[in-house]
Amino acid sequence: MQPHMAEPFLELVDISKIYPGVVALDHVSFSVAPGEVIALVGENGAGKSTLMRVLGGVVEPSGGFIRVDGSERRTLSVTDAIKAGIAFVHQELNLFDNLDVAANVFIGREPVFGGPLKLIDRKRLHAKVQPLLARLGADFAADAPLASLSLAQRQLVEIIKALSLDARLVIMDEPTSSLTLTETDRLMQVIAGLKAEGVSVIFITHRLNEVQQCADRAMVLRDGRMVGALARSELTPAAMIRLMIGRDLKSLYVPPAAPPGDTVLDIVDAVTETYPGRVVSLQLRRGEILGLAGLVGSGRTELARAVFGVDPLRGGAIQLDGVPIHIATPRAAIAHGIYLIPEDRKACGLLLDLSIAENISLPDLASYLRWFLVDTERETGNANALRERLKIRAPDVATLAAALSGGNQQKVVLAKWLSMRPRVLIFDEPTRGVDVGAKQEIYDMLRRLTDAGVAILMISSDMEEVIGVSDRIAVMHEGAISGFLERSEFSEHHVLKLAVGETIEVRDRA
Amino acid sequence: MRKKDLSLLVLILVVGTVVALINPRFLYAGNLSNTANQIGMFGIFSIAEACVIIIGGIELSVGSVIALLGVLFIDLIVNHDVNWMLALALIIAGGLAIGAAHGTLVTKMKIQPFVVTLCGLLIYRGAARYYTEDATAGFGFGASFPMLEWLATGRTNVLGFPLPHSVVALAIVTTIAWVVLHRSVFGRYLYAVGKNEEAARYSGIRSDRVVIAAYVICGGLTALAAVLIAMYTRSISPAVHGSFYELYAIAAAVLGGCSLRGGEGSVIGVVLGTILLQVLQNLVNLLGIPSSLNFAVMGTVILIGVLADQYLVQRRKHVPVARGQAAADPASATLERASAE
Repeated sequence: MQPHMAEPFLELVDISKIYPGVVALDHVSFSVAPGEVIALVGENGAGKSTLMRVLGGVVEPSGGFIRVDGSERRTLSVTDAIKAGIAFVHQELNLFDNLDVAANVFIGREPVFGGPLKLIDRKRLHAKVQPLLARLGADFAADAPLASLSLAQRQLVEIIKALSLDARLVIMDEPTSSLTLTETDRLMQVIAGLKAEGVSVIFITHRLNEVQQCADRAMVLRDGRMVGALARSELTPAAMIRLMIGRDLKSLYVPPAAPPGDTVLDIVDAVTETYPGRVVSLQLRRGEILGLAGLVGSGRTELARAVFGVDPLRGGAIQLDGVPIHIATPRAAIAHGIYLIPEDRKACGLLLDLSIAENISLPDLASYLRWFLVDTERETGNANALRERLKIRAPDVATLAAALSGGNQQKVVLAKWLSMRPRVLIFDEPTRGVDVGAKQEIYDMLRRLTDAGVAILMISSDMEEVIGVSDRIAVMHEGAISGFLERSEFSEHHVLKLAVGETIEVRDRA
Repeated sequence: MRKKDLSLLVLILVVGTVVALINPRFLYAGNLSNTANQIGMFGIFSIAEACVIIIGGIELSVGSVIALLGVLFIDLIVNHDVNWMLALALIIAGGLAIGAAHGTLVTKMKIQPFVVTLCGLLIYRGAARYYTEDATAGFGFGASFPMLEWLATGRTNVLGFPLPHSVVALAIVTTIAWVVLHRSVFGRYLYAVGKNEEAARYSGIRSDRVVIAAYVICGGLTALAAVLIAMYTRSISPAVHGSFYELYAIAAAVLGGCSLRGGEGSVIGVVLGTILLQVLQNLVNLLGIPSSLNFAVMGTVILIGVLADQYLVQRRKHVPVARGQAAADPASATLERASAE
């Protein structure tokens, strides 16, 4: 019997998930049959992760029901999910690298002896893991320390852990994103092996050729909706991309007051720590917003961190207005007027326990000096002016940053740099976790800044934002730039094609 | 004055009143003056400790540094006839150097502050004992430094109250520390680095320098305290002199609102914490509590103080936390973590 012909053991029917202000899943239905390999594809933020969290019992759906082995229920708990044989292999593996392989597999379920002493029965522990290792053809021993294993081997440990729980369905979130080609091939074999044993696999991926290679079926999500299911015979990258795009993008675009000027920031063959084998070159011109698109993990944030001096640049050079500069620390970048508004606002952008005024003045405190001391009057005055200008909604500038909404926090981070005459602003995910109204205000501010001569590099995973706000788009794929798009060439199709590593053909360019 | 400092002050007044009611000798000028003298000496190195705790570090070698520098100071002026002002300068320089070494080891070698300063605790204590061959260092018969003694241990009559000069020293240190910590750029950096070093770095602050500076300040102030204490005791048994003083300092800092996670605490709070600890010491003596219970009383009061504070903080935080969660990004990484369990 063909595996995908078998009766489904798990069905999701009309599952919805509504967060305040966001519909994350909109009446999604699908089923999993034993031994079926399903690829789940979609853009950043399409709802893939939420859907998988519903399956794992972590997120409670707002509507719809789940049918497991014929019995219907409204929601799954984590225990239900484990009992139903659903196991997760996370992108960020949840393993203890201070323990050995066997200990990791049976963590929390160690075979014990000695009655109330509960001593770990190491012999039995290793004996239980050994057959699982053999089953997957693992090339490491049960007592190998986890720290000695490669990333791909660790992933196998996670899969073994899933199998030890008698998993019938293994969900993998971007399993191949950090594997080499050979390791990916190995994983594909493991998936095929699981399939042959009747274990189902759902994997989330951005690598469309892998889908073609090993999936029985692909399901495409867009904006929380299931927009298509492709059978084995229809699995081509072109067909998948066609389904992934195609929403109506509101026109947000405000053209710049003047055409872009000379190159301000010239990044030549930059090499980051994460992608030592790839080089990135791009030119940022005065008065333009250059959108930097790409899938999560494509190396955009790493590039920003290297340019801002948080991480060392492993190679290449940076020129500012034609003059080579060396940036070893954020302080050096700031001295050159290059500012970063980081992706993780709460960890890197702000000091949550400081007030709005104190946050704004922090990078430039020396200029508030009056006889060695901070001139708090001037500090408050300047902060108040910026609060007006950026419409930061807070009772006063003594309010702690922690008490603000995401949008207002982002404005405070922006305000930090505005009073310091930026030449280059690098904006990493400018509107993540920001409400709609504040979004528009931030976009307006970006345009006003470029009109005043600032060059902006805007990293964004939000397609609407990239296409709607940028004057030009650079797309990254696995640590390198896969293409540039001029305004006339902007389309979701083009951005996505470049983002998954395909090239844009001449026909497409026309 | 912050709310937290105010409640600490109230606590000191309550404890003081109770002690005074039970044993009126508490209020005798002589007793108050002696207690004040202790507060002066302990307050200086407690503020030193607080500087390091605010940047998220810890300094465990305070007591040993006090012993080593005390021994060296007495040796310099008594046995080597070094001018006391020069000796004072040398000792302060020694304290600064020790702080610089600790700060460098913490930032450049990336060794945990607890480990660095624990090693310091052992090394300086050993050095002090070796240097004196474990003998008591003190002033010989007839040795006299009238100016130095007056400055360090003298008392001046202020409105009929014999005010110890160590209190004057503490007042000066407190004023400077207050301005530096709460009004200067450097102070702002201390709190910023202690609270979130990553965000501070993203704002262009050279956090390594700030951390080293905190240890240097701590070393310098500890050296000053070491001289005052050496002059006060007049004889130093290097095996026990100053032992556990780092714990008094940490206790005062914690009572004064410092978090061992860094980024919190006020100078006034630390001084009040020192006062409370010394009043408690005095209480043990005056109320006839066996002095063996000294540490137990102190530990209990600190524990109760911190518990009460935690309770109040949680009650205050209740509302804003709920609001913060509602505003959080639904697809946050925490969910991802949670789903693994």
